Amino acid sequence: MNDYGPGFRRCTPINYAVFLCALTAASAALADNEAAPLNYFLHSYGPAATPTMHLGWVFVALLLAILIIVASLLAGAVFHKRPVEDFRKIGREEEGMPWIYIGTGISTCILVVLAIYSLVTLNVIAKPTHVPGLTLTVTGYDWWWKVEYENDDPARHFVTANEVHIPVGVPVLVKLKSADVIHAFWVPVLAGKTQMIPGLINQQWLEADTEGVYAGECTQYCGVQHAHMGLEVVAQNTAEFEKWRDAQRRTAPPTSAAGANAGQKIFLDQCAGCHTVRGTEAVGAHAPDLTHLNSRRMIAAGLLTNTPDHLMQWITHAQELKPGARMPSMVLTPAEASSLSAFLSTLN
Amino acid sequence: MTHNTPDLSLNRVPEMGSAPIGSAAEIRLAELWETAPGWRGWLSTVDHKTIGLRYLVTAFIFLLMGGVEALIMRLQLAGPEQNLLTPEQYNQLFTMHGITMIFLYSLPILSGFSNYLWPLMLGSRDMAFPRLNALSYWIFLFAGLFLYVSFPLGEAPNAGWFNYVPFAGLEYNTGPNIDVYALGMVLLGISTTVGSINFVVTLFRMRAPGMSISRVPILVWGTLTASVANIFAIPSVSLAFFLLWLDRRIGTHFFDVVNGGKPLLWQHLFWMFGHPWVYAVVLPAMGIVSDALPTFCRRPLVGYSAVALSTMATMLLGFGVWIHHMFATGLPTLALSFFGAASMVISIPSAVAVFAWIATIWLGRPVFNTPFLFFAGFVILFVIGGLSGVMTAAVPLDFQLNETYFIVAHLHYVLLGINVFPVIGGIYYWFPKFFGRMMNETLGKWSFWVMFIGFNLGFFPMHVAGLLGMPRRIYTYAPHMGWNMVNMITSVGSFVFALGILLFLVNVLVSLKRGALTTPNPWDAPTLEWATPSPPPAYNFAVIPIIASRHPLWEDRLDEGGGRSSLEQGYLLMEGRETLGTTSLDADPDIILKMPDDSLAPFFLGLFSALVFAGLLLHWQNFTILMVLACSLSLAAWMWPRKTLLQRVPDACEEGAAHG
Repeated sequence: MNDYGPGFRRCTPINYAVFLCALTAASAALADNEAAPLNYFLHSYGPAATPTMHLGWVFVALLLAILIIVASLLAGAVFHKRPVEDFRKIGREEEGMPWIYIGTGISTCILVVLAIYSLVTLNVIAKPTHVPGLTLTVTGYDWWWKVEYENDDPARHFVTANEVHIPVGVPVLVKLKSADVIHAFWVPVLAGKTQMIPGLINQQWLEADTEGVYAGECTQYCGVQHAHMGLEVVAQNTAEFEKWRDAQRRTAPPTSAAGANAGQKIFLDQCAGCHTVRGTEAVGAHAPDLTHLNSRRMIAAGLLTNTPDHLMQWITHAQELKPGARMPSMVLTPAEASSLSAFLSTLN
Repeated sequence: MTHNTPDLSLNRVPEMGSAPIGSAAEIRLAELWETAPGWRGWLSTVDHKTIGLRYLVTAFIFLLMGGVEALIMRLQLAGPEQNLLTPEQYNQLFTMHGITMIFLYSLPILSGFSNYLWPLMLGSRDMAFPRLNALSYWIFLFAGLFLYVSFPLGEAPNAGWFNYVPFAGLEYNTGPNIDVYALGMVLLGISTTVGSINFVVTLFRMRAPGMSISRVPILVWGTLTASVANIFAIPSVSLAFFLLWLDRRIGTHFFDVVNGGKPLLWQHLFWMFGHPWVYAVVLPAMGIVSDALPTFCRRPLVGYSAVALSTMATMLLGFGVWIHHMFATGLPTLALSFFGAASMVISIPSAVAVFAWIATIWLGRPVFNTPFLFFAGFVILFVIGGLSGVMTAAVPLDFQLNETYFIVAHLHYVLLGINVFPVIGGIYYWFPKFFGRMMNETLGKWSFWVMFIGFNLGFFPMHVAGLLGMPRRIYTYAPHMGWNMVNMITSVGSFVFALGILLFLVNVLVSLKRGALTTPNPWDAPTLEWATPSPPPAYNFAVIPIIASRHPLWEDRLDEGGGRSSLEQGYLLMEGRETLGTTSLDADPDIILKMPDDSLAPFFLGLFSALVFAGLLLHWQNFTILMVLACSLSLAAWMWPRKTLLQRVPDACEEGAAHG
């Protein structure tokens, strides 16, 4: 009955809080910044994310302090010295209410302050400080992203995939749609996430302070390849952005070399049902627009870097690399593969 | 079942007296209440203690199944780009893990405790509706099996436990998997609803005389609150799943965008249920701690009324925060502000409970037995889970944290910390009551420390994974994302935790055979269940006691001035299965309640109900109709009038009240 566990004193709640903090610090240190592209807790690169990051620091600091205080109280409660008394003696019921009054009172004050701070932050990030300079639409598909740069002039309207380019220092309004199930658009170092819900058009804004490539992920479970639905936001200075945009508006050049011609024929036969290459007869709408395929850094929604080797691997072994993806593994003879590769290499 | 001709006259004054073990009256009571041996008795028993233990064992088996699913997932995620599982297998595993833990473990295990303990704590001979209680268990069992029926075929539900449409719709999930989930949930909803109604009526009708509403244990408050909440929340989820099934199999368009349906409707219906449910699976567990911790602190709980009220307040607020699961769905900022603030306010009642527990320990004289370790460990896990919850209540932070591993960490601190730790501590605490034997203390302490260290090692780094941007529900990740180390630590921790659970199980099995035999009240606990022998006889209380305080077994030392409870002398009530009905607030004697005999009807009604759903699943129309008829027959057998159940009103029970 009165068996005081000898092991208990070795690990007090204070040691325990220290252990947790050490665990946190160790895990965070082991994942250095370069190696954690989605680390929004330590990095933010735009005004839609920075206030939230600061909010996060304040919350974590304050809540860790509260944890340590409460853990110390608990440790004190368990271990403080007491006169030895008969086991059967029972303490009085009425004592102790000040604990609840003071503890709950202080907690309530802290909560009110935190609630106000978080509401103020919400208000700050809800809208950009000035009118968005660019509007684009991102549509979630199983398991990739269609990116549309809208323009009243159809000739200036274009579509790309999995890579969003934005000019630095300009608030960008992103309209969010879904073509199938619910996805969520999330580029953590630039802004929080927003769901893409079929039948609704959601929107969020983001803005990059500095040039760079910022990783994003789908964060709403959307099926078998939810794990491989990445995107990238490329923030460029205005001149480079304009240059990129003008290039994207162009249609694909006519092919001239014999190999490329043969490759184009294979593409039109086997790929055009789903993919579009503007300037050709390929107008499929179920898969990424490939008009400027080679301008992108990644393929298969962030799965592979965009090299000719990876590209052919992807075409012939898509179902092994991304099981369940809508892209089939194409069966091609070596000759066909090399022609197709030659054609795709023209899509700059 | 009765041997004498029952007294059918309407006015009867319940006899007062005592019935010590071995007396003629006690032997008669045992004959009246004991279940017949053999398979027939096994299937027909309505004894709340048997049903409670069945709930505990069944739910624990589901916990082990969900745990094995988790361990397989942790092997897959231990390193980047592993190929142990296919993506589809992984998705089915995390879905079944969620369904199992949330629906088949966390509430049923608490129903197990409450079923076993309520009548004992309240001084009654059974629950208000013993047969409904049996039905509730059987349907839970069959619904659990139903939800697993497609698992061996490789066709388990795969849309997550939250099952968002349109992914759960026919267009993206053609197989039987989502039908299994939808129909299984409607079936399970019946079990939870009838169980909840039974708890509510039991509380307001079955307390021993004198046990006014301010004298019931906190576990009772917790289960009452959870039950009332379930009665309001379950219809929402049953409706959602029924509409989904209609969409899938009958051709309606509730969620179908092309025909004007709204996917967001699903999220609202699901979380209007889902959030109150989260509190339903923790409040009774918090009650376990509030009741058991004082025993090991050698003093009553600090702030009984405050804790009881905070329990209710949590649940009331819990109905107004469901939107915090939907902060990222594009709702207007004003709505987000309201629900964000409400989600912060909800931690205030939790603070009341935390400070009440700490004060109880501080002002008491802790005894470091295994249950105390689990309850003290629980307090710190509760605080961590609560604080991370405050972070997710901050809307801008939630825009980032939502759907990352931070949420996985938070919810496991909440559900494991606030449910599993109190549950295991509770089993250590009440095991002597259940089986008449003590559990092994050495093995108990080992199991606590291994579980506690494994748990923190496994789940704390998940916070970090979330802050490093790791999304939930991904079957693998690339090596350059910076998540390798945290995932490896988590996987190691999860296996350490599993080892702790294994030690606990070994302890249970060893103690069942070899544990030291115990007395009625081995811990010197204050509440009424410890006034019965260990294990309690079929009739619970030889006489219905008369209660004078919150701590009937500590009255000799507390001296609260409210008089002494009468435990040996009380209402005899032995003309058939009987117990005393009392008034809802003051618990004044009101009526003699005639309790039903054992019956096979609940088993068959449960079985045929499950078969109705099986028929719907398989599109066997004639079979379904046949099973509905079979249900009606079972119900008719259940309700068949029996003279022995006639109510008799005592016209002089004021005499009895005078004792209280």
